Amino acid sequence: MILRGFGEQAQLKLKHARVFVAGAGGLGCAALQYLAASGIGTIGIADDDVVEVGNLHRQVLYTMQDVGALKADTAAAWLLKMNPETEIHVYPVRLTSGNIADIIADYDVILDGTDNRETKYLINDACVSAGKPLVFAAISQYEGQLAIFNYPPGSPEATNYRDVFPDTSSNEPSCQETGVLGVLPGIIGCMQCNETIKLITGTGKPLVNRLLVYNALTNQVNEFSIAPGIKNAGSIQPDKSEVIQTWYGTSTQGSEESLEIKPADFSGQLNRKNITIIDVRESDHRISPADFQHIHIPFSELTENLEAISGDTIITFCERGILSLHAARMLRDAFGTERKIYSLQKGINYWNSTHRDTGT
Amino acid sequence: MEVQVYGRLTDIMGNNGLKPEGIENTDQLKKKLLFLYPELSGIGYAIAVNNQIVSGNYPLRNDDVVSLLPPFSGG
Repeated sequence: MILRGFGEQAQLKLKHARVFVAGAGGLGCAALQYLAASGIGTIGIADDDVVEVGNLHRQVLYTMQDVGALKADTAAAWLLKMNPETEIHVYPVRLTSGNIADIIADYDVILDGTDNRETKYLINDACVSAGKPLVFAAISQYEGQLAIFNYPPGSPEATNYRDVFPDTSSNEPSCQETGVLGVLPGIIGCMQCNETIKLITGTGKPLVNRLLVYNALTNQVNEFSIAPGIKNAGSIQPDKSEVIQTWYGTSTQGSEESLEIKPADFSGQLNRKNITIIDVRESDHRISPADFQHIHIPFSELTENLEAISGDTIITFCERGILSLHAARMLRDAFGTERKIYSLQKGINYWNSTHRDTGT
Repeated sequence: MEVQVYGRLTDIMGNNGLKPEGIENTDQLKKKLLFLYPELSGIGYAIAVNNQIVSGNYPLRNDDVVSLLPPFSGG
């Protein structure tokens, strides 16, 4: 607060601010750390992913002990240790056209720390529709992009992501595929937090309608202005119902009903032949008992043990149905359409209390 | 005119600051680049002229600096 140009008023604005961070990966971890440290009063974290060993070089809120745990939960726990006065809301779900409007409604500023294009378009459109400023960031190998879109919300001067990249079709390989300099999302995530603080407190020159590109190898920084009012053919001014109906690609569309098996249907599968049921909980997280025939392969060991999985039908389960859904997606990527793969919806905890002894 | 590239375009086109001549607008530039670098096919990118992002077919002058910005999606 003693910092010149800042002061108590600015600190109060941070305290009253509600900031939502989509993605608790490389960008998210850095942004979240400094958002909490700077005294942002309410923080929302959305990420349905679990911590993997390969994340640790760049997702600095997580440790080896956290492998297998939900990122959103782990990040929240750490941030609360840093600043116990922060109010933190966790959304361990995939953002979809069906849920995003309700989730972001409660927040003042949205940060995009996600790692795929479909979700970036989804977040952009939802922010335009809901009238929320968006602090956008994305990285690729050694470079990062940063911008503030949709500010002031609803103003004819405001630009959005589609004014820069109207073409949704181009495909960019993920960080897992091409590799990424570990510290890069850290740098860009911190800059994202900086832009958020500037926006909330009204200090400095936030990147409104400007795209910044940073090169970590050369330290070159370039800024490009985005002309307000020029809407490319691909941009839309969606309202909430349009966002829901728009196709954003398979990862963000509605729920993954085809991958989940309902608790009632699970019972019927138990005694079938050629079926493999897998408990994917990490060894010290096996709380609810599972007294039917199954094998145990912790999520963190799944990829090394694919050959051990036989059967035409595979059903994964875990405590609440989130980790197992992740496992089911992974197995689907590994086995393709050779096998039928499901995750027990709502997990073993729910199934035990509703279906175990009823014989249904 | 100088063309600067970013992101994966650097992998495809190198980093040496192309200086094409006789290009009058961005459509012509895109065609020329596609001809010189066929791997650009299917890769979308934004175009900025003198650090201003432009849309449509934008006229270019000899002393312009054109930047090609592919979308990044990592996080």
